[in-house]
Amino acid sequence: MTDHHHHHHDHDHSELSETELRVRALETVLTEKGYVDPAALDAIIQAYETKIGPHNGAQVVAKAWSDPVFKRSLLEDATKAVSQLGHVSRVGDHLVAVENTPQRHNMVVCTLCSCYPWEMLGLPPVWYKAAPYRSRAVKDPRGVLADFGVSLPKQTEIRVWDSTAETRFLVLPMRPEGTEGWSEQQLAELVTRDSMIGTGFPKTPGAAS
Amino acid sequence: MNGVHDMGGMDGFGKVEPEPNEPMFHTEWEGRVLAMVRAMGAAGAFNIDTSRFYRETLPPLVYLSSSYYQKWLLGLEDLLIDKGYIAASEVAAGHAVEPAKPLKHGKFTLDDVERIMVRGKFGRTAPAPARFKPGDRVRAKNIHPATHTRLPRYARGHVGVVERDLGCHVFPDSAATESGENPQWLYTVVFDGAELWGAEADPTVKISIDAFEPYLEMA
Repeated sequence: MTDHHHHHHDHDHSELSETELRVRALETVLTEKGYVDPAALDAIIQAYETKIGPHNGAQVVAKAWSDPVFKRSLLEDATKAVSQLGHVSRVGDHLVAVENTPQRHNMVVCTLCSCYPWEMLGLPPVWYKAAPYRSRAVKDPRGVLADFGVSLPKQTEIRVWDSTAETRFLVLPMRPEGTEGWSEQQLAELVTRDSMIGTGFPKTPGAAS
Repeated sequence: MNGVHDMGGMDGFGKVEPEPNEPMFHTEWEGRVLAMVRAMGAAGAFNIDTSRFYRETLPPLVYLSSSYYQKWLLGLEDLLIDKGYIAASEVAAGHAVEPAKPLKHGKFTLDDVERIMVRGKFGRTAPAPARFKPGDRVRAKNIHPATHTRLPRYARGHVGVVERDLGCHVFPDSAATESGENPQWLYTVVFDGAELWGAEADPTVKISIDAFEPYLEMA
């Protein structure tokens, strides 16, 4: 058993190094051929690390919770509504916002690859891109929600949106109770990434404090 | 293609395992791979559909046993080699040997970074009026193209209802094989759980796909 374990450990370790070397080799080739400036690659990574993330989506949700006119325009044409917000990074085309209600819960998946509203939520988490979620979300969404510790009333309709084209979906979760009079900034702090994918709920006022 | 990437409805992959406080990248090289894919795509070496197609055509065992960014790396290597931008021997040696092939949009530099942080536009002028409208009952065709398609297997042959007309878009099935954008109407089509998964399915579940017009026929 010990030998077996050791073998596996070494194997995994060398595989990781192989990938690192391979990535470095490819980048060197692309740089030497004049296809990419490595500083531009640094800048791409930095932009992803600093500019995009669920805070963008959270601001949109908080505004929709506070401003009925904005909410209506968001549900009508999310691309247009979001692009009118100066403080959120430009979203590009084909964004669709879908509203959770007491009758209906929305959940987003990409069964074929990993389509996800990057500009709203950042890069997708590993679980979103992995086989368990991609395979089961369309067939057994309640089972998937249970994996997240989420349960819905039996009669609630569950609508699963499979992102099979360039449309990107943002779930507009229900505003938590007990937040009357809260500012958009306060509300945004309750909005979680998973609540905008449909695999979670926003935080509740008590839990957030 | 009927590949292992088309996972909707498969069993046996186990529980979803969310990682608390997940970092954006788990290792430094993941970020490099993401950046290289974005940069080479923006420089005009390939379109997004071609890059998806190359990941799908990885051997099934490789696809299933590789991490997400490993798939991106392997797909990128294969694609750049096939299109003549690099040679396999160069990747093996870790240095450029052959002359470079001109890129459609030229070298990717710092000036190009901002534009790739905004999503691309896939809407196109319609070559013909839309065949379907919201409320129409449509059947997803029973088709099995050997190349890239965005019609998942679990929907094929099943009847749903058109919910939204999303306009006319680049058709991935054509773009992936570099056969032109061939714009097609795109619709959100909703299926009842029981239509897709049988009488035992949860009656409260509905599933929608975004389906291009050539995937659909009137039911």
